[in-house]
Amino acid sequence: MAYGERGGPTWFFKSGRILLVGTRERSSQTFCLLSSNGGTFFFLSLNTHFLSPNLLSLPSITLKIVLFDPICLFQALPNSYFLFDFRLTTHRSLDLMTSPLLDVEGGGQGNESLMNSASTMESVFQMNPGLTERNYLGLSDCSSVDSSAVSGISEVKRNNLNLKATELRLGLPGSQSPGRDSDIDLASSTCLDEKLLFPLLPSKDGICSGPQKIVVSGNKRGFSDTVDEGNWMFGSSMVNSDASKSLVQGKFTSNASVNGKISSGTQPAMIKDATSKMVPQEQAHATYGASLNKVNASNPAAKTQVVGWPPVRSFRKNIIATNSKNNDEVDGKPGPSALFVKVSMDGAPYLRKVDLRSYTTYQQLSSALEKMFSCFTIGQCGSQGASGRGSLSESKLRDLLHGSEYVLTFEDKDGDWMLVGDVPWNMFIGSCKRLKIMKGSDAIGLAPRAMEKSKNRS
Amino acid sequence: MVYSLPEEVLEHVFSFIVSDKDRNVVSLVCKSWYEMERWCRRRIFVGNCYAVSPSIMIRRFPEVRCVELKGKPHFADFNLVPEGWGGYACSWIEEMSKAYPWLEEIRLKRMVVTDESLELISTSFKNFRVLVLSSCEGFSTDGLSAIAANCRNLRVLDLQESEVMDLSGHWLSHFPETFTSIESLNMSCLGSEVSFSALERLVARSPNLKTLRLNRSVPLGKLSTLLHLAPQLVELGTGAYSSGIRSDVYSSLSKAFLGCKEIKGLSGFWDVDLSYLPAFYSVCSRLTTLNLSYATIKSPDITKVISQCPNLQRLWVLDHIEDSGLNALALSCKNLQELRVFPSDMYAADANVTLTEQGLVSVSQGCTKLQSVLYFCHQMSNSALITIAKNRPNLTCFRLCIIEPRTPDYLTHEPLDIGFGAIVKHCKNLNRLSLSGLLTDRVFEYIGVHAKKLDMLSIAFAGDSDLGLHYVLSGCKSLKKLEIRDCPFGDTALLANVAKLATMRSLWMSSCAVSIGACKILSQKMPMLNVEVIDENGTLDSKLDSCLVEKLYVYRTVAGPRSDMPGYIWTMDRDSSSRI
Repeated sequence: MAYGERGGPTWFFKSGRILLVGTRERSSQTFCLLSSNGGTFFFLSLNTHFLSPNLLSLPSITLKIVLFDPICLFQALPNSYFLFDFRLTTHRSLDLMTSPLLDVEGGGQGNESLMNSASTMESVFQMNPGLTERNYLGLSDCSSVDSSAVSGISEVKRNNLNLKATELRLGLPGSQSPGRDSDIDLASSTCLDEKLLFPLLPSKDGICSGPQKIVVSGNKRGFSDTVDEGNWMFGSSMVNSDASKSLVQGKFTSNASVNGKISSGTQPAMIKDATSKMVPQEQAHATYGASLNKVNASNPAAKTQVVGWPPVRSFRKNIIATNSKNNDEVDGKPGPSALFVKVSMDGAPYLRKVDLRSYTTYQQLSSALEKMFSCFTIGQCGSQGASGRGSLSESKLRDLLHGSEYVLTFEDKDGDWMLVGDVPWNMFIGSCKRLKIMKGSDAIGLAPRAMEKSKNRS
Repeated sequence: MVYSLPEEVLEHVFSFIVSDKDRNVVSLVCKSWYEMERWCRRRIFVGNCYAVSPSIMIRRFPEVRCVELKGKPHFADFNLVPEGWGGYACSWIEEMSKAYPWLEEIRLKRMVVTDESLELISTSFKNFRVLVLSSCEGFSTDGLSAIAANCRNLRVLDLQESEVMDLSGHWLSHFPETFTSIESLNMSCLGSEVSFSALERLVARSPNLKTLRLNRSVPLGKLSTLLHLAPQLVELGTGAYSSGIRSDVYSSLSKAFLGCKEIKGLSGFWDVDLSYLPAFYSVCSRLTTLNLSYATIKSPDITKVISQCPNLQRLWVLDHIEDSGLNALALSCKNLQELRVFPSDMYAADANVTLTEQGLVSVSQGCTKLQSVLYFCHQMSNSALITIAKNRPNLTCFRLCIIEPRTPDYLTHEPLDIGFGAIVKHCKNLNRLSLSGLLTDRVFEYIGVHAKKLDMLSIAFAGDSDLGLHYVLSGCKSLKKLEIRDCPFGDTALLANVAKLATMRSLWMSSCAVSIGACKILSQKMPMLNVEVIDENGTLDSKLDSCLVEKLYVYRTVAGPRSDMPGYIWTMDRDSSSRI
């Protein structure tokens, strides 16, 4: 298997989900992500290498996406898979992936050296931190190119690949990741044709134009999006396994209108996004609804919880939490009790700890963090010369915290920094070691320690 | 005629005085004793790293070998002290590295230790032997690598419940191959995998290794290998205690335990698999310490284990032990001195776990040597507390946490005043007490009257008025540490007892009724106190004297205000005038 020879990704099998995370190569600082959740792709994150401010000075980062026909790679996996291959432009050596299908260039600046492999199907683009400050790590660029990549595929290999299956989404799982089968159903039921689903179909060379990027970036901030539109959470109220199409349709409409307000004149893109948001949510409910319900039922004190009470050390609480998690898996016992992680915020003078187990959705976590750091964001706002304190509405705070200025990131068990909202909630609390609210512009770089770690591992 | 003894003789005599208190008394006898004592003091304990500065310590005690320091307030354990509060070890370590080249031991608790500090430790002290970092944070496995690589005479490395950044499991391999002095290694807090081959080699070449506490990532299959290499172990913390279905693991493990003739303490048991429990039954009869508080074992199985351990002195368990298990404990473990029962679920009572006051009553009846209790439960009654107090007047530490705040006696629905009153009345040597449940000012009256030896008192969600706090501050003669949260105690009681604060190590009050004005007065009246107000939300208006403070931390110091305060801490003397 090609992967194995190249250093080997790590496999995680968890209750039917398959996640493939991380090929770290010493030589090229390559990092690959691949995941599937019964048909849903989750874009997991950029890895740590990009999230430390240390390498901010680097001119740009190149993102390469190689599309696989997985049948030849993983017999076990039912569908097509992506391999993401991020690398710094300073490491231009190309390790070509197997069975590449597509070659697309996106982004603004040149990456001529990478474009020499005409026979390979890579999509290569640049993320320039300076230019994409207002986005999550400039991920909008990749996402737009994702779409372009997909569209490219659609032209190249229309017969072989399920298009929707290969569409990549960034952002909150369930809210944006497309679920293939239901996606198709929805498309037909809501009379959305493929053109609507892929409204960003670029020109054939796959280069994305600027406006399209902006459009997508407006939608790709999965976390804040879902926070702003409470409907899009996995909230218990939404856990209806029989989410009917009419419901879907309704949600879709409202979502589209919300998006429309944000940036009018980009409706097609919004619709596309809205639909893709919609469906996975439904699917996610089916997948996680049961467990969420259980958590809700077994953790009624989530709201009444008093900080520091009962007086059990955070260390022990975490141990107990992980213990009961294991129990959960073994004998279906009621849910775990506490999981404390630290939260820091760029520029804030202090850190906090939050108990992830006292929340059941990204939304709850988000509003809790809002409260915790609101005083700070007020200060921030004042310093920016925004309107006075009195007129600061909650939604404005929200914008400050979760809007373009700040990005909520977390460090996973492997020490990699990722965007909060990229994986399903349960998976998130299973792997989150700490949280950091960082300035979007700082969220690009390379962590030297992660480099060391990957070296040590390999 | 003592004064005529030659210095050398006196110094020799002093060397037999180990208790800090006695040393302090000795130094107060006369100037020459003070001088002699300070030159031969080898061991220093500083209960609050801000109560004194490193330079003051070094000036007075130039020949120290062992230093123990504590940093953050105790409530930091429960997430009540905001991050970045302080408790930095670096200034201490820097100064000690210059002044104490022969320093052998550093024990730190609740302090922030950087990798740089650890590197400095590893290179500065030629004969460094003991490093204990208990509930510390701020360092990574890189710092541990430096310790491993450079401390050639290290005997103890204990990372108890510290928050270590796991960068690499290879730090163990930095112990040189010639290094054989380790006696105690506790790395149970580490999250990531450690290099097993390095660990194996280290254990194999360490004939004096007595204590080994592994972390969760060390698989059970490897445990027997380690035990074969170190049959002399006295304290063992296992790693994960489960391993698929492999009969060879079980048989080799039980064989390995059979070979361990010295084991007295067991802990660990993460992810415990019940079928492997009998593997260590062979050592049970020797066990004096058993920590099952990370092991989710159900009552019948715990009971089975405990019944194998007649010599237990210390037992830590989860509430899965239930009343039935505690009954069995009371019958079989007559030497039990310390019992800690932790909750398996922090917030809600698990209907399947029947742990009530009855279990504790049984233990208090059966275990006559019981001295120390930490007990989390959901219900309590005055009659149970009275019975416990009468059964065990020898209790020195009684920490009861009824998980739901302000829970009354579940039988009479009355406050638990009488019950806790009985505890302080009967247990004359009680030095540590934690209260919970519904309590009025009456209980504090009892405490003030009876708890004359109380050293540390924790109060939460209790009392009706200032009177409660006044009883405690005016009555508890020996009180050193007082921590209070969510109680209606305010300015009057505090200001009426300012002098008392100067005799205490520290006072913590959060979510109480103390005003900023009172803090100012306190600070003015008692210049030897540091009065720190923690204002995380930035809502404090210092001009408005009636504004209540969120968190107050007051401590005695000879070092003056500290310089490393984060922005959210206000000190009264300066800031109140200069800050808006």
